[in-house]
Amino acid sequence: MSLMAEPSATGRFGEFGGRFVPETLVPACQELEAAFIEAWADPEFRAELHHVLTTYAGRPSIVTECKNLSEQLGIRLFLKREDLNHTGSHKINNVIGQVLLAKRMGKKRIVAETGAGQHGVASATAAALMGMECKVYMGAVDVERQALNVFRMKLLGSEVEAVHSGSRTLKDAVNEAMRDWVATVETTHYCLGSVMGPHPYPWMVREFHRVIGQEARAQSIELYGDVPDVAVACVGGGSNAIGLFSGFVDDRTRLVGVEPAGGAAVGRAQPGVVHGMRSYLMQDEYGQVQEAHSISAGLDYPGVGPEHSYLASIGRAEYPSVTDAEVIEAFQLMASSEGIIPALECAHALAWIVRAAPEMQGQTVLMNLSGRGDKDVAQMMDVLGR
Amino acid sequence: METQFREKRAAGRKLLVPYITGGLAGWQDAVRAAAAAGADAIEIGIPFSDPVMDGPIIQQASQQALEQGATPVSILHDARSLDVSIPLAVMTYYNTVHHAGHERFAAQLAAAGIVAAIVPDLPLEESGPWCEAADAAGIETVMLAAPTAPDARLPLVVARARGFVYSVGLLGVTGERDTLAHTATALARRLKAITDVPVLVGVGVSNAAQAHEAVQVADGVVMGASVVRRLLEGGADAVGEFVGDVRHAIEH
Repeated sequence: MSLMAEPSATGRFGEFGGRFVPETLVPACQELEAAFIEAWADPEFRAELHHVLTTYAGRPSIVTECKNLSEQLGIRLFLKREDLNHTGSHKINNVIGQVLLAKRMGKKRIVAETGAGQHGVASATAAALMGMECKVYMGAVDVERQALNVFRMKLLGSEVEAVHSGSRTLKDAVNEAMRDWVATVETTHYCLGSVMGPHPYPWMVREFHRVIGQEARAQSIELYGDVPDVAVACVGGGSNAIGLFSGFVDDRTRLVGVEPAGGAAVGRAQPGVVHGMRSYLMQDEYGQVQEAHSISAGLDYPGVGPEHSYLASIGRAEYPSVTDAEVIEAFQLMASSEGIIPALECAHALAWIVRAAPEMQGQTVLMNLSGRGDKDVAQMMDVLGR
Repeated sequence: METQFREKRAAGRKLLVPYITGGLAGWQDAVRAAAAAGADAIEIGIPFSDPVMDGPIIQQASQQALEQGATPVSILHDARSLDVSIPLAVMTYYNTVHHAGHERFAAQLAAAGIVAAIVPDLPLEESGPWCEAADAAGIETVMLAAPTAPDARLPLVVARARGFVYSVGLLGVTGERDTLAHTATALARRLKAITDVPVLVGVGVSNAAQAHEAVQVADGVVMGASVVRRLLEGGADAVGEFVGDVRHAIEH
């Protein structure tokens, strides 16, 4: 059996996961679980999803070999180009799946949280395509630093609400989206943007992103006749990483999820419960959730998806962290070496690769380039003082 | 708490449980004022950083209390010296419990003279380990029932409820509303039909008139945001006055 099989009946990956939500939401989670199981087994649903992914989202995404960086670093570096998907990131895979499912369930409206705005833009896009009402919650700090994506969402017909509570970042956007859902659950689907939250979300979102790993595995074998020695992705909630890992978890490939130093939930390895799940969580000595700090809004989250906690706890995947300074270097390195501007989130993965390259000489390294960096250009102009 | 509530109900009294955020300036005086003004129990909130079931007022109160240095330990310590004659319950989110450890948290509550706990993000399916520890320590775990529950689910929820059943008044988070939602009395009626555990309506019961309306069906009410707002704006005296008004309204 695959290491990434279905979770237990209570939504557990080992001792992580579960469904810690207000009673009001329990029936909705149960209905969603039943609807997902039914749809996922239905060839018609799969065909519809495949059709939208291939004729609208631009799948399959290509794999690019980075000749220049490979030479500089002494490894063979490949990129899974999720940045080339419609809307510019991997988020579209999950969103199309969830919105198709929500429609099938008869929901009229979706709510979503967003950090960098990538999931918000993807949600707004799918809502526009499929004729659904959409409201996106975004921390006030992120609204500020991701103004371009805020305007995009509005252009796509969605309402964007700035969240002023708590740390005013992704964590608080999730809180506010859950509060909205508690009040509107009968007509609304919560389109959660990562492999986190209450069961069935971590499992369902993983299944919608499994396509990344499936394609990447076939492409690796076609390009160099083998699975990669190392597969690397950045980890906030962990959806792009879980998508990539799903293709190689049962192989010999070393799996590396890179966290920001200021948001290293797995790195600290302390279990906690927030946002519906038991997982590793940054918290103080009384269990108050701590604020994450990262240059990248998409990774500015104190928790992590429960399956990552599980993979870490059994030693199947490793979760090093990198600093903002390393990320800024990597961001520029990819742009100037390969002509690709990565999202700041993905620059975390490259930052680790640069640091670890001396120990990986001659190895094949596959990195998930989960998003493009256009959204970060204005912020980087400030950071670099140009 | 449940024994007392049953006795009071049998004597024809409607039950009133104000919620007060622990650690806020003046909270202990507010508890005493509410007790003196006719509360039947007090729900003490142990503030949490991410209160997903709470609206703006209780969010603000929680954040203020945390900024003033409140911790579960400091609040339980302060609760010992309250010296009121009615039962004290705590309301907190599950990570507070999980982080302390089930047995340890239950023991801490018992040592502080707390008799019941409400954990709004710990639904029935996840409640087993905590309930076991709470039962062993003599802490009654209040279960929440929601308007979204199908008929088949409610009996399972009430079977696990101790102290009282918290009948969630509306689809939404805590906070004051202009009118009592129709779901408030509808769910209370469904619960009363299947259980003799006291049924109290909470979330969205905002003033004396709405409390009066709710207890036409339910055994009592829990009032949170309306009480906390008065504590924030007018201090303990304002809380006492409000609780007195509600007590009067539900008896007439």
